[in-house]
Amino acid sequence: MTKPQALIMTGYGINCEEETAFGFEKAGAESKIVHINDLIEKNDQLKNYQILAFPGGFAYGDDTGAGKAFANRVRHHLMEKMLDFVKKDKLVIGICNGFQIISNLGLVPAFESHYDSQKVALTRNVDGRYLSRWVDLKVQNKTPWLKGIKSLSLPIGHGEGNFYADPKTLKKLQQKNLIALRYVRGEICEYQNMTENPNGAIENIAGITDETGHVLGLMPHPDRALFFTQRPDWPLQKEKLKRKGKKLPCEGPGMRIFKNAITYFS
Amino acid sequence: MKYGNPDTYDFIIDSFMSINFIEVRTKIPDPRVKALKKQLLGYKNITEISVSDIYTIEKKLTKNDLEKIAKLLVNPVIEEASINETKLPPNTDWIIEIGFLPKVTDNVANTVKECMEDFLHHHNPSRDDKNTNFFSNNANNEGVYSIFALYVSGILNESEAKKIGNELMNPLIQRISVQSRKQYEKNGSMAKNVPQMSFQNHVKIDEIDMNLNNESLKKLGKQGIPNKDGSRRGPLALDLEQLKTIQTHFKKLGRKPRDIELESLAQTWSEHCKHTIFSSELDEIKEGLYKRYIKGATERIREQKNTPQDICVSVFKDNAGAIIFDDEYLITHKVETHNTPSALDPFGGAVTGILGVNRDTIGFGMGAKPIANFYGYCFADPNDTKPLYKSPNKTQKMLEPKRIMMGVIGGVTKGGNDSGIPTPLGFMYFDPRYKGKPLVFVGTVGIIPKIINRKPSHEKKARPGDYIVVVGGRVGKDGIHGATFSSEALDSGSPVTAVQIGDPITQKKFSDALVKEARDLGLYTSITDNGAGGLSCSVCEMAKESGGCHVILEKIPTKYPNLSPWEIWISESQERMTLSVPKNKWPAFENLMKRRAVEASVIGEFTDSGKCVIENDKKLIMDLELNFLHDGCPKKILKSAPYNVNTFSSKNNEIKLSEHNVFETKYPQSQSTASKKNTSKSSQAEILKNSQSIKKQFDWTNQLLQMLARLNLTSYEFVSRQYDHEVQSTDILKPLQGRGRVNASASVIKPLYNSQKGIILSYGINPLYSDIDTYHMAACAIDTAVRNAVATGANLNHLALLDNFCWCSSNDPERLGQLKEAARACYDYAVAYGTPFISGKDSMFNDFNGFDENGNPVKISISPTLLISSIGVIDNIENAVSLDVKMPGDLIYILGETSDELGGSEYMNFMNEKNQKQFFTNTPENASNSIEKHIQNSLENFIQNEIKINVPKVNAKTNKKLYEAYNHAIQKNLIASAQSVGLGGLAVALAKKAIAGQLGMDISFKNIPTRKNAKECKNPSTDKNFSALLDNSNETLSDMTLLFSESQGRIIVSIAPENKKSFEKIFKGFPFAPIGVVCENAEFTIEGKNGTKILETNVNALTKNYRKTFCQY
Repeated sequence: MTKPQALIMTGYGINCEEETAFGFEKAGAESKIVHINDLIEKNDQLKNYQILAFPGGFAYGDDTGAGKAFANRVRHHLMEKMLDFVKKDKLVIGICNGFQIISNLGLVPAFESHYDSQKVALTRNVDGRYLSRWVDLKVQNKTPWLKGIKSLSLPIGHGEGNFYADPKTLKKLQQKNLIALRYVRGEICEYQNMTENPNGAIENIAGITDETGHVLGLMPHPDRALFFTQRPDWPLQKEKLKRKGKKLPCEGPGMRIFKNAITYFS
Repeated sequence: MKYGNPDTYDFIIDSFMSINFIEVRTKIPDPRVKALKKQLLGYKNITEISVSDIYTIEKKLTKNDLEKIAKLLVNPVIEEASINETKLPPNTDWIIEIGFLPKVTDNVANTVKECMEDFLHHHNPSRDDKNTNFFSNNANNEGVYSIFALYVSGILNESEAKKIGNELMNPLIQRISVQSRKQYEKNGSMAKNVPQMSFQNHVKIDEIDMNLNNESLKKLGKQGIPNKDGSRRGPLALDLEQLKTIQTHFKKLGRKPRDIELESLAQTWSEHCKHTIFSSELDEIKEGLYKRYIKGATERIREQKNTPQDICVSVFKDNAGAIIFDDEYLITHKVETHNTPSALDPFGGAVTGILGVNRDTIGFGMGAKPIANFYGYCFADPNDTKPLYKSPNKTQKMLEPKRIMMGVIGGVTKGGNDSGIPTPLGFMYFDPRYKGKPLVFVGTVGIIPKIINRKPSHEKKARPGDYIVVVGGRVGKDGIHGATFSSEALDSGSPVTAVQIGDPITQKKFSDALVKEARDLGLYTSITDNGAGGLSCSVCEMAKESGGCHVILEKIPTKYPNLSPWEIWISESQERMTLSVPKNKWPAFENLMKRRAVEASVIGEFTDSGKCVIENDKKLIMDLELNFLHDGCPKKILKSAPYNVNTFSSKNNEIKLSEHNVFETKYPQSQSTASKKNTSKSSQAEILKNSQSIKKQFDWTNQLLQMLARLNLTSYEFVSRQYDHEVQSTDILKPLQGRGRVNASASVIKPLYNSQKGIILSYGINPLYSDIDTYHMAACAIDTAVRNAVATGANLNHLALLDNFCWCSSNDPERLGQLKEAARACYDYAVAYGTPFISGKDSMFNDFNGFDENGNPVKISISPTLLISSIGVIDNIENAVSLDVKMPGDLIYILGETSDELGGSEYMNFMNEKNQKQFFTNTPENASNSIEKHIQNSLENFIQNEIKINVPKVNAKTNKKLYEAYNHAIQKNLIASAQSVGLGGLAVALAKKAIAGQLGMDISFKNIPTRKNAKECKNPSTDKNFSALLDNSNETLSDMTLLFSESQGRIIVSIAPENKKSFEKIFKGFPFAPIGVVCENAEFTIEGKNGTKILETNVNALTKNYRKTFCQY
C-alpha cells in the first residue's frame, strides 16, 4: 500500500508545520512541507496529495485579524485548485491559525458546498490576551478525523480563538450537525482546576467541519500532543503507573487524530 | 541640549484626493474594550467605550478599488467597514485616535500594504522592479498608516480626556489626537491627514574638525557631532583618551575624519560592543576580569576534562555559546539584556530585545534554529505610582513601573509568540531600585546539526570576493545610537531615536528561509546578525574573517529617502542579517529569498585589503584600517576599591534625596563592615536568645502566608500563560507545574521528535545579597542555577552556564571592587562544579539620573545584579522530576544543610518593609499601643542589622558530591518530586510543593541538618580549610532561621515510602534527613525544633495567598 501523501502548508509566519508534518509521518503518511509561494508557482501539485493541512502559526502576525491576510493570499492565487481538492474524497485540516484561515476562506462550514463564503469567525479571546494551556474536548459529530474518539485533551495557544457565529448560522450548524468539538470540563480541567472554555467561544465550540466531515477546523493543537510526556499531568501519571508496575505510555492524545486520517485512506 | 536630527513632521492635508481611509468596527462586542475598561478603571465618569481600527491609504484610488480593499480588511461575520467616513457610536463625547509617528515601524499598515499589493497582482518583493510595486517605496506621497480609535462616552473635561489618551500612547513612537464630539464633527478623523516628514537639506558627508581642546573633545564624545543648527547628533560615548587616539590617528593620515568614520569607530569601541570594563586591566589583573575569571574558568574546566567529557564546542567567540547535545546536534544559548530601550518604550524595547536574541541564534555558526525563549525581568513595585522625571521642572516623565512591566511582558508575548518560539521559563524579580532602569533579560536556545555540508556547522568564514548581502528589514532612523546610548546612564539626553519597533514576521520569514533552507543548500559562507551598531558592526566583524570589505552605500535598502550615510551605516533598524554569499551562489540565493518574500540585497564585497572601505555615489566616504577599527581602541587601566556596605548610602546623601532613595531607609546603620565582623561572634548568641524570645510574638503561619504573596515569591501565572510554551511541540516540564500550577524554576524541553534526550533550563539571581557581599551573591547565583537544574534531573557533567552582569556606576572604584569580587566567585564556583561558562553579556551603567516629584535630583542605581542561566542535557526526559508532591503518604526529605543565613533574604526584606510601614504609620494618635511595637521593632531592627552580614555561602565541594548522588537517585527513578530551596527559604519551598500537589504536609524540623555559618570562607575551590570552617555539629538554630534562611545547596524531595531504603542508602554520609510526610488531607503543619507546632494552615489558604498578588492582572 502506498502511504497517503500529506501537504503541510507553510509561509508568512505559519510556525507549526514541522510538528504537524511529524504527526502525520508518525501516523503513517508521507508529509511534505510546502511554502505557499511554491504552491502558487506550481499549483498543479496539489492534486498529488490526499491530505492538506493548514498548521498553526501567526501568518502575517495576525494583523487585521488572524488568518485574514493568509486567506486573502490563498483566495487570490489558489482558490480554484483548493476547491477542486475539497470537492474530492480528500481530507483537509486547519489547526488554530489554520482554522482561522480556512474559516476565513469558507472551507468550513461551507453550507450546501459553498466553499468560498465566510460564515463563522474566530475573534479575540474574551480577556483580550493570548493563552497557552490545555483544554478538554468532547467530540460532537461524525468526521473521519475524529472517528472512534469520544473525548480528548489537547493544548491550545491562541489570542483569537473565540468562536462566533450569528444565531441563524449557529442554528444551521446544529441542524446540520457540523459542530465537531466542544470545550468541556474533563480530566485536565479537573487536574489543574481550570474553566472549560478558555476563550469565550459561543456554545463552547472548539471545532467545526464541513458537511462531508472531510474538512475539520479546530483551535486546539493535536500537533502539540504527540507524546504522553507532553500532558501537564504526566509526572503524576508516571508515579501512579510506576507504583502499579506499569510503563509510561508513549503516545499523546493528539496522535489519534493523525492516525484517523491515515486509517481513512487505508 | 537638543539631541537627534532636527527633522520635524507636519500633516499633509488632503488637497489632491489621494488620501483615503477605511474604518473597521466590530458588530459584536470587541474584547479589547473589556481590557481597556480594566485599564481605565480609575476614570469613574466613563460610561461607555468602543474602539475601531482605521487605515489611512495614501494613494489615488477609485471608489471601486477602495471597496475591494475594504473587503480585504473586514471579517464579514463580525466586522463592518466604512470608507472615508467614520461612524461615531451614539453618545460619544470624546474621540481619541492614536497612530504612529512617521519613521516608526507600523506592522499592521505594512501587512495591509502587502495584502493590497498582492490583491492587485502587483506583488513583487524585488526592489529592482520597483516600478511594478503598487506602492513606491521611496516616494514620499504614498503609504498606509494604521490608527487605533477610541470612542468614549461620559462627562469628562478636556484634560481628563487627554490624560486617558496619554495612558494609552507613548509619545516617543506615537501621535495622538484627542477631540470632543464638537471638534471632531468640525475637523473629522485624524485619518484624513498623513504624517509627513519634512526633511532638512542633508549634508551628505561632514568632515569633523578634531583639532579641539580637551573640553570640546569631551563634549564631542558626550553629546556627539554638531549639526549646523547647533544641535548635536547624539552621544558617541567616546572618552577623552579614545578621542585623542582618533585625533592622533587622523593627524598621521593627514586628513580629517568623516562623520561616518567617527560614528563607526564610536560604535565599534562602545562599552556595549567592546565590553571595555570587563576586558580592561583592573588592579593586578592585567588580562582583565573577563579573560581571567569568566573565559579563564571555561579554559580551566576544558583542560581538566578529557575530550569526550568536554561539552564545549563554540564558546565566547560567536553570537551564542554552543555545547554538545548528542552525536548529531549542538545546542546554543545566549542571554541578552535590553534595559534602556525597555525603560523608554517597554513594548517596543521588549519586542526588539527578544527578536534580537533570536537573531543571535540564527547568527550562530552557519545558523541555528531558535527552539526556546527565556525571560527575566527586574522591575520596581507595579503599585508604586510616584512620578520620576528625566529633566528638571517635572518634564520628560518616566513611565510608571506598572506600565513598564505590562509593556515589557506584552512585548515579549508579541515577539516570542509571533515567531513561533516557545517560552518555557522565566522569572520576575522586584526591588525599588529597578525603578529608574528596569532590567529586561531575554534569552534564546537554539539547535543546529554538528555537520552541515560536510563541514563543522559552528565554523564560518567570509571569503574575499564573496558578496556582502543584507537580508530582512530596511534601514530607517530607528535605533540610531542604540549601542553608544546604552553604554551610558539614562538621563534627559537619552535620544528618542534609540527606540525601535520589532517586526516578528519579517524576521520569521528570513529565519525559516535561512535556517530551514538556504543553510543546508550551502548558499552562503558566513552569517551574523545586525544588532548593536547595525551594519557598522556586523559588516566590519565579518570583514575580519576575509580581511576587509568594500561597501557601496547606496545599495543598502532604506525605508525612506534622505538618510545621511552615517545614519544608514550605524542604524539599528531591526530584523536584518548580514551574510557573505559567493558570487556563483547569488542567483540561487536571490531566487530563494524572492520566493520566500524576503528582501535580500548585495551591498558590496568582502575583500582582503585590510580595510573597511565605503563608497557612496562613487565617492570614497570611509577608509579605515581594520586593525585600527578593531584594535586601535586605547587600553584602559581601571582601579577598584574594596566595597564598604555603607558607601552607597552615604554617597547618595550628597545628592538631595527624596523617598525615592531606597538605600537610606534600607540600611540605616553607620557601623563599618569590619567592626561588624568583629562583634558578630558575640552577638550571634544574643541574636539567638533574642529571636527565641520574640518567637512567640511571631505568628509564623501568618508570616508564611504574607511571604507567599510577596512580589518575588508569588505566582506570575498570567505571564506564563500568555507566553506560548507548547509551540514546536517540545514542552515536557512546563512553566506551571502540578495541580496547583506553581511557577517552576526549571523547565525541560525535548527538541527532537525522535529522541528522548531533553534540555533542562534554569537560572539563579540574588541581587539583594550584593548589598552585603558580591562574592557570595555570585556564588549563590551559580549554586542556584546549577541546583535548580540538578533538582530537575540535570547531570553536572552536562551542564553549562551563562553570565549576565548588570552593574551600576561602573566608573566608581567601589562598584568595580564589587564587580571584581563577583567575577572571582564566578571562576571559583564554575570551576568547582565543573560547569563552564559558554556565553555572557554585560550592561554596566544601570543608573538613573533625574528628578523626583518635587523636582529634586535623584540618582537611582540598581543593586549589582548577576543573572546566571544554566543549560543542561538529560538523557531521558522521562526521568525529569517536577516540583509537585504526588501522593499522600510519600516521605519528604531535605538534602543539604541549613545555616543561619538570613542576610539579604526575602524574609529580611519583608521585615524591613514591614518596619518601614510601621514606622510611618506610628502617628501620635496610636502612640499609646505602640510601646510594645517599639520594643519589637528595635528587636527586629537589631536582628536585621546583625544578621544581614550572614549572607548565604556556598560549599561547592560538598554540594557537588551531593548533586552527583542526587543524580544517581534520579537515574534510579527514586525521586517523586523535587524543589530546590531558594528565595523565601524552606518554608516557602515546602509551601510551593504543597500548593503544586494540592496536598497537605506534616513537617517537623526536629532532625533538620544544620551547620554554623562559614563566615570567613572566600575561596572554596582552593581553600583547603574550607570544610574546617564548617562546623558540622548540630547547632541550634531558631525556628525563624529554619523557616526562612536561604542557605544554598538544599533540595526538598518527596519519595514513595517503598523507596525509603534505597534512597537513604544513596545519601549515606551526606547531610540529609526525613522531615515529614505528604498528607491525605489539606492540612499543612510544621513542628519546630523543640517539637511544638509552630505553623498550621491548609493548602487552600496557601494557594489563595500564593495567587492573590497578580490575580487582577
